[in-house]
Amino acid sequence: MCGIVGLFLKHPGLEHELGGHLAAMLATMRDRGPDSAGFAVFGRDDGTVKITVRGPGLSALAARLELDADLRDTHAVLHVPASRMEEVRTALASDPAVTIVGEGQRMELYKEVGLPADVAARFGLSAMAGTHGIGHTRMATESAVTTNGAHPYTTGPDQCLVHNGSLSNHNALRRRLVREGYAFETENDTEVAAAYLSWRMREGDTLEGALHAGLKDLDGFYTFVVGTRTGFAVLRDPVCCKPAVMAETAQWVAFGSEYRALVNLPGIADARVWEPEPARVYAWERAA
Amino acid sequence: MSDQIDLAVATTRDLNGALHGLPPDTNRTLWRVLNPRGQHALAVGVDAPIRVEIAGHAGYYCAGMNGGATVVVEGNAGNGVAENMMAGRVEVRGDASAAAGATAHGGLLVIHGNASARCGISMKGVDIVVGGSVGHMSAFMAQAGTLTVLGDAGDSLGDSIYEAQLFVRGSVASLGADCVEKEMRDTHRTALAARLQAAGFDGVDAGSFRRYGSARRLYHFHVDNAGNY
Repeated sequence: MCGIVGLFLKHPGLEHELGGHLAAMLATMRDRGPDSAGFAVFGRDDGTVKITVRGPGLSALAARLELDADLRDTHAVLHVPASRMEEVRTALASDPAVTIVGEGQRMELYKEVGLPADVAARFGLSAMAGTHGIGHTRMATESAVTTNGAHPYTTGPDQCLVHNGSLSNHNALRRRLVREGYAFETENDTEVAAAYLSWRMREGDTLEGALHAGLKDLDGFYTFVVGTRTGFAVLRDPVCCKPAVMAETAQWVAFGSEYRALVNLPGIADARVWEPEPARVYAWERAA
Repeated sequence: MSDQIDLAVATTRDLNGALHGLPPDTNRTLWRVLNPRGQHALAVGVDAPIRVEIAGHAGYYCAGMNGGATVVVEGNAGNGVAENMMAGRVEVRGDASAAAGATAHGGLLVIHGNASARCGISMKGVDIVVGGSVGHMSAFMAQAGTLTVLGDAGDSLGDSIYEAQLFVRGSVASLGADCVEKEMRDTHRTALAARLQAAGFDGVDAGSFRRYGSARRLYHFHVDNAGNY
């Protein structure tokens, strides 16, 4: 099953509300995925690279590396000046207890096992501001209920993906992407989809172009919601196996596995509400 | 005087319990359902000949197993609206998601907007009238009843159809296995005109539709296909 949500703001006046709306959307989608939850929020660019890490002793880690850090439950966001990226990457790689969850100029990424509302509360999602975000509630079907098995998945800076469905050619695709230089943390099919899109964009595709290429190369059932530094996109497989509803106003674009996830958004009563068509890429970009 | 149930305070079970408790000769024949907010399984299995108006978007399986009520959704409906309906009338003012009218045996399902994939899948006697277009694989394995589409039909219309009559006014992206175009005779036009009128599409010319149905080539095993197994 699984539930996925996404919210892309067009109006800057709503940015301080982003986390609150995303938290409510995730909580409603508990019925579709009570095992674990995760979300990515694209916040302000403060000139540093944000590396989201998880593991024990993160406060001491940040102190040792002399980095500013936002500590949130099992995760921390390290604010790393560009000049120190190599040094910090090396330090993190040498600490086996620390896992890098995501990195980017704007993206922060959190995921944990537990009910979606609890996960959102533990990380303080309601208080987070940003321009767009995506989230996932998981009902595990093809791999274990672990933090690593939770979405979103990222394989590149400021790129992340949530997925409802299951891919059938992910093993073959994973081997191809390993040859292209991608490393995989899990056996999960969604991680392969994320790497695939990162690879396409590395090779010069736009987000929209990468998703079009995915229609040809990805086999299986999927509804994807993708976030990048400035973009937000949705794609459903040609069979439309998994549900999807979108809504748009002058202020925002929202995605939910079900309409129920969208009912608390401001102005929903007057929003254009529609079901995304099969095999059609819906993409929005904002000025960087 | 109508009864009113506000789902901002009442549960789905409160609503369905109240509707199921009505005797066939009830005089409480008009029910307004407020704040549906996309909730699932609203007004399912209602046997009493009442009218239920849902003031907004409904979730999955709205009016499923309908046994004789008139259920009006004043918005969009999620997956499986009027699935397995036996009798009565279900009307969706907006769009319907996948599998509208799935397996329904009887009654009339009217969708004013578009219906997405698999509309009328495995239908068994229901009449479905869609004001807009239907998605791919509509009337898949349809067994009886009619599907009337004022707009276009997506890929593989009527795939593996047994019986059931399909009428489409616009284009058909492709026909599914064993579904073929058939001659539109006077008897079909007359019956279609009556259905359009019943559905509230009075001004629409029944002569502007084309008819599709089963070529009946899949009814029996054909020895030439033995090599495929």
